Amino acid sequence: MASRKTSQPKRESGDKYSVLLPTYNERENLPLIVWLLVKYFGESGYNYEIVVIDDGSPDGTQEVAQQLQKIYGEDKILLRPRAKKLGLGTAYIHGIKHATGNFVIIMDADLSHHPKFIPEFIEKQKEGDYDLVSGTRYQGNGGVYGWDLRRKLISRGANFVTQVLLRPGASDLTGSFRLYKKAVLESLVERCVSKGYVFQMEMIVRARQLNYTIGEVPISFVDRVYGESKLGGNEIVSFVKGLITLFATT
Amino acid sequence: MTKLLEWLLGVSLVLSAWAVVSFDLLELSLPQTYREVAWPMPLYLLVTFGCYSLATVGYRVATFNDCDEASAELQGQIQEAKQDLRKKGLKI
Repeated sequence: MASRKTSQPKRESGDKYSVLLPTYNERENLPLIVWLLVKYFGESGYNYEIVVIDDGSPDGTQEVAQQLQKIYGEDKILLRPRAKKLGLGTAYIHGIKHATGNFVIIMDADLSHHPKFIPEFIEKQKEGDYDLVSGTRYQGNGGVYGWDLRRKLISRGANFVTQVLLRPGASDLTGSFRLYKKAVLESLVERCVSKGYVFQMEMIVRARQLNYTIGEVPISFVDRVYGESKLGGNEIVSFVKGLITLFATT
Repeated sequence: MTKLLEWLLGVSLVLSAWAVVSFDLLELSLPQTYREVAWPMPLYLLVTFGCYSLATVGYRVATFNDCDEASAELQGQIQEAKQDLRKKGLKI
């Protein structure tokens, strides 16, 4: 074995990574995120595919996705649109059905999650054979860009309360930049019923409940470059409701 | 066991230990000083935990990284991506 070149072990491993990109009105961002994904997967040499799940965006996201498919190939870009906006949980179920990889990466398509971290996720996963690897804004070099003091305070406060009440064994519960073993994601998505921020939190809380192992990688979160990012009273109320539900049921 | 039950169990254990000492429920004839120390304990614990929480959240807000380089890097790459995609024939 010593004679085997060590520079290309990644392609020999047989692992394939399916990136699920649920989109709704991401015409501006989709080409950029795809370009970045192709760049970093190309440089690191891992086998991959990108599954674009567009929920009938009226802004023409689907047409842009078709152009990208022509540029990068039908083996790399898979289009699995749905007729209308149906929520994140079902988007993942829909995406998993069509994903051919044995690992699934979920991330936002709005450029707040940078694909440069994906090779780190993959290395982390291999390091401990983790069932899921979660990006974290709250540890190491992780952080955020574009948040004011109020937003930071709410985020840190909510995270602290959640850590105290649920002791979930992961530092970033509401983040949505994660790598899962495909079977693990399937079993988790089936069990999770929450919406919005709470959905991601429920995923990781249930993962802990089912004794899945969790690895963490610090990430920088750059808040939406194009489009609006919101954190209003409604989000906070539904977060608190979700937290109480999880507290009483898990 | 749900987290709610874990909490209820923990809190009731602490409270019953506290009640036993403060009100001498089991007639252990503990010295009077024990009872005097135990009596305000729950309030002390609550205040201590509150201070700890405020200090922790405050420290974490103050040390929350602002990823200015990450944003600058992304902006540069967006320009690069747009040029490259135009070259490859993408029309928006």
